[in-house]
Amino acid sequence: MIAYLWQILVLCRKELLAILKDPSSRAILFAPALVQSLLFGYGATFDLTNVPYAVVDESGGAASTELLARLDGTGVFKRAVTLTSTTQIGPAIDSGDVLLALSFPSDFETRLASGSDAPLQVVLDGRNSTTAGAAAAYVGSIIASYNESRGAASPITIERRAWFNPNLESRWNVMPALIATLSMLQTLLLAALSVAREREQGTFDQLLVTPLEPFQILVGKAVPAVVIGLIQSTIIFAVIRFWFRIPMQGSIALLYFGLLTFTGAAVGLGLSISALSLNMQQAMLYSFMTIMPLTLLSGLLTPVRNMPKVLQIVTYANPLRFGIDIVRRVYLEGAGFNDVAFDFVPLLAIATVSLPLAAWLFRNRLA
Amino acid sequence: MSFATRFVALTRKETRQMVRDRSNLLVGLLLPIVLIVLYGYGLSFDVKDARVTVVLEDASPTARSAIAGLEGSPYLAPVFVGTRSDAERAMRAGRTDAILIVPEDYSRRLASGNASMELLLNGVDATTAATIEGYVSGAIAIPLQRDADRGGGATSGTGSVVVDQRMWFNEAGESTWYLVPGLIVLVMTLIGAFLTSLLVAREWERGTLESLFVTPVRPLEIVLAKLTPYLVVGAIDLAVCLAMAKWLFHVPMRGSLAVVVAASLLYLIVSLSLGLLISATTRNQFTASQLAMLTSFMPAMMLSGFVFDLRNVPEVIQVVSNVLPATHFMSLIKTLFLTGDNAPAAVRTCSILALFAVVLVALCRRALKKRLD
Repeated sequence: MIAYLWQILVLCRKELLAILKDPSSRAILFAPALVQSLLFGYGATFDLTNVPYAVVDESGGAASTELLARLDGTGVFKRAVTLTSTTQIGPAIDSGDVLLALSFPSDFETRLASGSDAPLQVVLDGRNSTTAGAAAAYVGSIIASYNESRGAASPITIERRAWFNPNLESRWNVMPALIATLSMLQTLLLAALSVAREREQGTFDQLLVTPLEPFQILVGKAVPAVVIGLIQSTIIFAVIRFWFRIPMQGSIALLYFGLLTFTGAAVGLGLSISALSLNMQQAMLYSFMTIMPLTLLSGLLTPVRNMPKVLQIVTYANPLRFGIDIVRRVYLEGAGFNDVAFDFVPLLAIATVSLPLAAWLFRNRLA
Repeated sequence: MSFATRFVALTRKETRQMVRDRSNLLVGLLLPIVLIVLYGYGLSFDVKDARVTVVLEDASPTARSAIAGLEGSPYLAPVFVGTRSDAERAMRAGRTDAILIVPEDYSRRLASGNASMELLLNGVDATTAATIEGYVSGAIAIPLQRDADRGGGATSGTGSVVVDQRMWFNEAGESTWYLVPGLIVLVMTLIGAFLTSLLVAREWERGTLESLFVTPVRPLEIVLAKLTPYLVVGAIDLAVCLAMAKWLFHVPMRGSLAVVVAASLLYLIVSLSLGLLISATTRNQFTASQLAMLTSFMPAMMLSGFVFDLRNVPEVIQVVSNVLPATHFMSLIKTLFLTGDNAPAAVRTCSILALFAVVLVALCRRALKKRLD
């Protein structure tokens, strides 16, 4: 028994050395986690910080001036151009120089003064309808507060509070998800290439004729990949926690238990791909083919709940969906084990199917 | 032997090699279809049936009528529970997206004109939370408006600014319309990255490139011969993507097809040569494949303006984004699909892409100089 474990340990050490002895592969396994988490941390945001707009003010009155002052006061809306006629709105929006155009008709001031409603035309660039929708909502809220200040208050106010992310910053949503996503991309590929590389170089046959059992080979291949994945996750976690200072609500132990299960499932998929591939080109193509759908259908960018029902069912086979869910909920909501227990079920199922499958394929896929 | 004969001979060899490995063709031709179908349907920012848990601490008819709009909304799926703590438990367990609380004193305070409701949102997904907030306040405002109309128009008599809003290019505000053109960029990026990124690295590892060096072929001929067969595969993929955008997702194409095709082919050359350059410089399949993934997929998804609007990111990130060819192509293709032909933008983007292509091919040629070290 001890000899059996010793063999596994020796194999793990050899595999880790094989991966890490090359400086370029060391660099490519650890530097990107740091660079990507910084780049995407700043780049992946839906929060409006800069909305250039155009104005056509045919009324030239006090009301339009005050409304514009309120817009500019947000620090988000910036007047890029002042147009003299509504016909210039088209080219301004087409060119992408402005996200929206406001047009105050000539009777705007007089209608307001006489106590009737005055229309304000807002034209938005819908090429990114998400940003456009957010900007429209922002303009709407500024106008609502302007109306209120003129005494047209609605009899009901809605007091809004957001749990887990009080300022509704989209970075808080995207970044914890990256802990799982970025490390999966590289570890799955790493695992997928591991056996394929040996197959291509012919050393896998040598490994198969040693006294090692397929299960030992499996553990020897899986453990280094899981360890590297967890190190990558830790780098990204540190950037989020200490550079972006997003507060961590839950327990670190549960977070890592979740990450360990998730990385195990991802490595299982990678090794199955690897055992199926005859060379590195195939391993790479198949893992790309796996990684793309896993990433985009994981809830990283858009919620799983917005998908059609059929696709939602398909995502039960996606470890990343549950990995992201565990990380987000433990990190942001401070969820306990009971809250996320269900997420572990698909992850364990994927791991228990894919890892033995890979071990079986080691021997039964000899080409 | 002339350039043409050598080029044709080499291209024929590369084509045979490509066709012989089934996985290449399978992935090269199947992947775009799978990607576009999955993502076209799977990616959506359009919230529907958001779960709103309603707690009516005031169960009077007045309170009920105020929230009646929630049930009529196609975007909201209200659920009623008895107490605030039940609702909060549901939120913690992830069974609801928002909680709306109508407090006990609602009707009384409404009579004096200062009633309030409480809306608790699960802020983890900030974008969805903001959308739900908009739908809930809209749903509550509708019955109010109706009551006001019944009561004889605006009671305050002060007049309000009303927003008359139009979203150009995407009147219904459907996210599919901007995501599908973006997906074409992603597909073109991926095709380039994974079809070519191992080509030369494999030959370096196996030593077959050195055998090629003793033949009369020149480095540029190797580069072009390796690009050509994959350019054909990529062109087929492009045709498939465009057809699906039109007939499956009904995204309008307001610009001219010729410009779309020309720009896409240019971009395809850029992304194929980027893959080839990675392959030629790393000389190692492991590093090449990791690098191909790192430089293609995630940057094209996160930094090119695919979903995240580049206007909102810090300047440093904008600089990084502009180094990516994907960013330029992304902006042009969205314009071509949704806005229409825009000659200055098309010329500018195509020149940038052409420049990228020339530089990358030149770098590949350099990396394949006949030299052993």
